[in-house]
This record gives sequence, C-alpha cells and structure tokens, in this order.
Amino acid sequence: MDDGYGHVTAPHSMGTTIIGVTYDGGVVLGADSRTSTGVYVANRASDKITQLTDNVYVCRSGSAADSQIVSDYVRYYLHQHTIQLGQPSTVKVAANIVRLLSYSNKNFLQTGLIVGGWDKYEGGKIYGIPLGGTIIEQPFSIGGSGSSYLYGFFDQAWKEGMTREEAEQLVVKAVSLAIARDGASGGVVRTVTINKDGVTRKCYPGDTLPLWHEELEPQNSLLDILASASPEPMIS
Amino acid sequence: MTTVGTGYDRSVTTFSPDGRVFQIEYAAKAVDNSGTTVVAIRCKDGVAMGVEILITSNMLLPNSIERIHSVHRHCRMAFAGLAADGRQIVAKAKAEAIDYESAYGEPIPVKELAERVASYVHLSTLYSWLRPFGCGVILGGYDRDGPQLYMIEPSGVSYRCFGAAMGNGRQAAKTEIVKLKLSEMTCQQGVIEISKIIHGIHDDAMDGVFEVEVCWIRDESNHQHEEEPDYLQEKTMEATKAALEEMDADSFDRFHYNFLQHHVYSSKKRMQNSQPSPRNTAKS
Repeated sequence: MDDGYGHVTAPHSMGTTIIGVTYDGGVVLGADSRTSTGVYVANRASDKITQLTDNVYVCRSGSAADSQIVSDYVRYYLHQHTIQLGQPSTVKVAANIVRLLSYSNKNFLQTGLIVGGWDKYEGGKIYGIPLGGTIIEQPFSIGGSGSSYLYGFFDQAWKEGMTREEAEQLVVKAVSLAIARDGASGGVVRTVTINKDGVTRKCYPGDTLPLWHEELEPQNSLLDILASASPEPMIS
Repeated sequence: MTTVGTGYDRSVTTFSPDGRVFQIEYAAKAVDNSGTTVVAIRCKDGVAMGVEILITSNMLLPNSIERIHSVHRHCRMAFAGLAADGRQIVAKAKAEAIDYESAYGEPIPVKELAERVASYVHLSTLYSWLRPFGCGVILGGYDRDGPQLYMIEPSGVSYRCFGAAMGNGRQAAKTEIVKLKLSEMTCQQGVIEISKIIHGIHDDAMDGVFEVEVCWIRDESNHQHEEEPDYLQEKTMEATKAALEEMDADSFDRFHYNFLQHHVYSSKKRMQNSQPSPRNTAKS
C-alpha cells in the first residue's frame, strides 16, 4: 500500500557503512552518520559507534532499535562480569555475549555488529557479528549497506601491521568512498581509536573529506548571492 | 568427659558464646585427620600435585582409585577428607566451568572457579538441614594469567598459594615444600619432589600399603618442542625411582615395591605401570 506516508512510518534503519580495522597496537572503528526512515534522513549526525566497556566499543548497523537494545543488554552483562572478575572484560568475552544475544534472537533481530577493542592479553581485536549471529574474528571487518562497495577496495588497500595514522586514514577514506556511492550512507565520518593508552574519538565533517570521481564541488547557495553587496538580485 | 564445644556444637547454625561455629571446626578436623595426604606446588611453568592413596583392601585392583579429578581442560582438583563429599564438589566445579564457557566463550579463569567452589562449600555451612563438606580441596590450574594454585577449606574460604598440603601428613609436607626453590623448578622436577615428599611422610607401620597419584598441569603449547608425552613420563618415572633409591637405601625394598604402583600422568595422558604387583607379599 503506497499511501505516501512511507517515510514517516517505515522503521528507522541505519543504511550505514561500518568498519573495524586492527593495527599494530590497537583497533580503529569507523562509521558514517546517516539514519534513515525510508528515504527521509531521520538523523544526519548519528553516532553509530557505541561504548560497551572502557576498552570495548561496537559499530551498529541494520535496525537502529534492535542494535541499540542489544548494546544496552551487553553493556549490562559486561558490567556485571567486570565486577565479578575484578578486572576489565576481554574483547572476546564482549563479542561472545553479543553473539549469544544475536543468535538466540535471530528471528526477531535485524542487526549486523562489529565489536572492537583492546585488552592486555590479546591486544587489539575485531570481531564481526553479522545477521544471524555468527561470530568471526578478523584483522578487519566491514558491514552495512555501504560495505558492498568496499570489498574490492580493502582487498587492495589492506595490509598487516599498519601504524595508527595509516589505519585511521584507511578507515576515513573507505567510509567516504562508500558514502559517495551508497544512498543510505552519508553525513560525517566518525572514528574511534582504542589502544593501551585509552580511547580517542574523531569526527570528519563532509567538507574535510576528499571528492571522488564525478563528485561535484560544494555549490554556493543562491542565498549567498542575494546577501552580497549588490542590492539587485541575480546580478553578482 | 565434656569437650570444648559442649552445648553449642549440635548445629551448624549455632554460634558459641565465644564466636565460634563448632560444626565447621569439626569438619576441618575431618580433613586434618584424613588418612590420605594431598600435596601440591606451583612451579615456574605449571602446577604439580600428588596424592597419597592408602590401600585398605587386599582385593583392590591396582591403579583403580582415582583421586585427582579433571575440571575442564585446564584445571585439576584433589581433595583430602571424606571422598564422597569431594566427588560432589568436583561435579559442581565441572558444571560451573562448562556454564561459564557457554556464557562467555572463554575457559573459566582459575580464580573465578576457586571463588565459585568456595562459595558452594560455604553454602552448606549456612543451613541447619545441610552439613558442611568434610573435605578440603586443592585446585590447580593454568589460564592466561599463568599457573595458579588454590586451597579451599570446609569453612568456605579460599586461599591462593605457592604450595599446599592437606591431610594427616600436612605439617611434615609443608616443612619440605618450604625448602624447595619453586621459582626455578619445572613441573617435571616438581613431580619428582612431590613423590619424594609423599614417600617421606608415609608411615609404613601405621598405614601400610599405598599408591601415589601425581599429575602436572601446564600449558602444553609451551612444550611442543620436547619429547613425546609417553617418553617424557617414562623418563620422569625413572628419575623418581632413582631419587627414591637415593633417599632411603635401607628400606628401599618396600619403597621399590610401592613404587611399582605409581601412576604418573600429564594433563593429556595417563600412563599405567607395566608390572603387576603381588599383593599378598605386601606385609613381608
């Protein structure tokens, strides 16, 4: 039934591009910031990288509601686990709890997650947990609708043992390429870097990102022309 | 003859006027007076444990009594005191280990397992319809924080130790353990030392025939370059034999005989002795 209200009643989905990459000493997580209801962009500056513990974060994709509720439950369980153990949880434990929830509720949930963090036993680790609840430990992981355009890119651009700067640049470049091609991804590029020294958040607004093939320069708004010195409109 | 606890020792839910719970203390006595002795040490690459098993019947098959139990791949548990109580604790520990791994996807940290076992033992000191466990537990394990050794008493307290002994011969065993340089000792040497200690504290006149069960718990991936497990165990057995010979030349006959009933096994495999022992010559 197309009653013209699809854009307000459709479920909030994060079309999304999410990425997690390990480097020598930690991990870099990256994501776009577009949350859409149908074709309407409900939030153009959302934060898809959510904290689970001091040292473990998760990138969320798919249904916004589903991924938020899963993150909330996992944060709760991990908090209890940390108290019980008397030390921070490992990334592996965090990823396993996410996976158990995803798998047991696979008929109800529609969310793909990338868990990344640093712990003192294994260092930086990335775990991909796609729809259905598989868990796979990978040196890098990509997810969301925008990731379709990045498989070839990573095959060529990924290498083992990158530095922190190289990893961050790779992530930003990749997300911005996906934003250029995927209508469901857009906004700013957010990154979270986690290593033994802690967590750093960065945000790269659209105008700081490079322009790719056939992308246009930002245009001056007609409003700027109207506001300029000349009182006559249309004559600049 | 009235003893100290008269009047306040009927129930585990009764305190005495001077603040003691006598039933728990009596449970500890069950451990201290237990015929068998358990000895364990934490070496630099793992944990070594040994149990002295008294043979009470002529008709028992050799090597049929197992006193060191596996709790998951990376932990072993031995106990002194009432054996049936110990079996219950081991069953609970196994369940906890599996439960933890199902929930969190990693093997249970030894510290966590010790805490859970201690809390289970403590549980039975809180209700009048249960009696305290009459056994003390020695738990040895290897996890990502290295080798660890824990001791859990019937009262429900757990201690992390570098050396532990429980049962009749514990005082003598502890004196011997303190003399060892554990930070430089490997498990293989540790097992030999434990065999020597157990032989040293065993009183032939009182307790008669005995077996010794020994094990080591270490990270096998650190030792892949060594010889095959079977050969390694054979070598360890030979070394133990030689050490015991050195130890007590005059009563060597009896030690030698008893030695035939040893079984030494690693966390992977268990080796049986090759020679059968004529049991009816035990007391000659």
